[in-house]
Amino acid sequence: MKLTGRTIFEGKAEGLALVSPSPMSFYGGVNPDTGEIVEIGNELRGQSVKDRILVFPHGKGSTVGSYVMYRLAKNGVAPRAIINAKCETIVAVGAIISEIPCVDMIDINRIRPGAKVSVDGATVQF
Amino acid sequence: MFLTREEEGMLAGQEGRATQKAMQILVALGKIYDAEKLVKVSSVQVSGVSYKNLGDAGLEFLNELAEDGKARVKSTLNPAGMSLTDWKAQGIQSGFAEKQLQVIDAYRRLGLEISCTCTPYLAGNEPSFGQHIAWGESSAVAYANSVIGARTNREGGPSALAASLTGKTPLYGLHLKENRVPTHIVDVDASLGSSEDFAAMGYFTGKVVKDGIPYFRGVKKANLEELKALSAALASSGGIAMFHIAGLTPESDQMVGKTESVTFTLTDLRETGALLNDEGTPDFVSIGCPHCSLTELATVARLLKGKKVKREFWVCCSREVKRQSDEAGYSKAIEASGAKFATDTCMVVAPVEELGYRVVATNSAKACHYLRNAGLRVKFMPMEECVAEATRTH
Repeated sequence: MKLTGRTIFEGKAEGLALVSPSPMSFYGGVNPDTGEIVEIGNELRGQSVKDRILVFPHGKGSTVGSYVMYRLAKNGVAPRAIINAKCETIVAVGAIISEIPCVDMIDINRIRPGAKVSVDGATVQF
Repeated sequence: MFLTREEEGMLAGQEGRATQKAMQILVALGKIYDAEKLVKVSSVQVSGVSYKNLGDAGLEFLNELAEDGKARVKSTLNPAGMSLTDWKAQGIQSGFAEKQLQVIDAYRRLGLEISCTCTPYLAGNEPSFGQHIAWGESSAVAYANSVIGARTNREGGPSALAASLTGKTPLYGLHLKENRVPTHIVDVDASLGSSEDFAAMGYFTGKVVKDGIPYFRGVKKANLEELKALSAALASSGGIAMFHIAGLTPESDQMVGKTESVTFTLTDLRETGALLNDEGTPDFVSIGCPHCSLTELATVARLLKGKKVKREFWVCCSREVKRQSDEAGYSKAIEASGAKFATDTCMVVAPVEELGYRVVATNSAKACHYLRNAGLRVKFMPMEECVAEATRTH
């Protein structure tokens, strides 16, 4: 299937989908050194975002979250791309400064967890 | 979104990598929030200064930008995690201090004023009515929009910095008149006699109104210090970036749109105060969140005259207001008591929990909110009681 959304940060990536049904907070929610999701109550707790195509509705929490994304990238444990239903400031800024391809306005319910997904600019294929 | 030829050039990297990165941030935000274009800003206040919040990643990002980025408009800085000169006396570890000074150095190379205050409007960054600005620091955002009538969204660290490096911000949200109208009416049925009362009202309202725009009715007068405390409290229990007070704030004659109604009573005032009081005896007392004005320092000096403090007591203010206080003779009286000035920093952004303190007494509802999140216990009390607490023998 091929879906077209809106480019937040241009780029190409391919990987397996890690799908969070809940909004994500990177600050306090993801370990910046390992990429492990640590947020209490998040369905994906214990899994790592490293090298995945990370899919979630939208970001939440502190604006420091943008810097956590940057740290993930510097530590080599960032997701390969981010797909949002509706991107907000924290994730958009984080994706840009970390140079993680990011696309939003995608119906994320259609993406099956674990599916092989490719992102190219505004296009998502799986 | 429409971009001018100059802005297109910045986005294409013609003015260097930092400017390009900054423009990418602004364009992405403009897209997300359906901005029609970018607008010039007259000043910027950058948050994200304390190494406690930035960490090594933030520091690295700033260093990267500082390679070829430069502020294009007046840009001031939020408080750091320590006094830039007296950090040893504050008990700060040298490892932390070294990193914090590197952060400051990166900002200096970026051309920002090392003002290190959350009250830029008391330290030379004074926008005027109707001006577009891009400010971080939630309490200053609420103050600038509401009390001054300047226009800013609640910027995060990188987006404020992006505005500084380009001189622009996307035109959306509170930059547009139609988004500055009230969402809630708050009828104030209590007489407010101090900054702490205004802080309690703000803390109560933030919880109810969340990220809306409250319109207070029934407040007869308010001074700068009270409005500062109200701004900070509204923005900490809620995400409020703007408020109106009927007859007092410059845009309070705005048409009231579709609004919900709330009442703030004397009971709410008392209950909010009680809510911010934990068990325990304070081992740390601090005032100046947001940073003290000169008037507040005059009061502290008067209250401390002839007394000795018995526990750690921080008086937080900007270097600029401290200088004014030195000239007025207040600083001498304050320091003679053993109280410490905490310039460039405050009890919220300094690593107070790592300094070994457990229970903090303060007159700031905002500080209570954030210190609790950091695992400390808090006591919310008026400034007079803070001074009494600091000077009392337990």
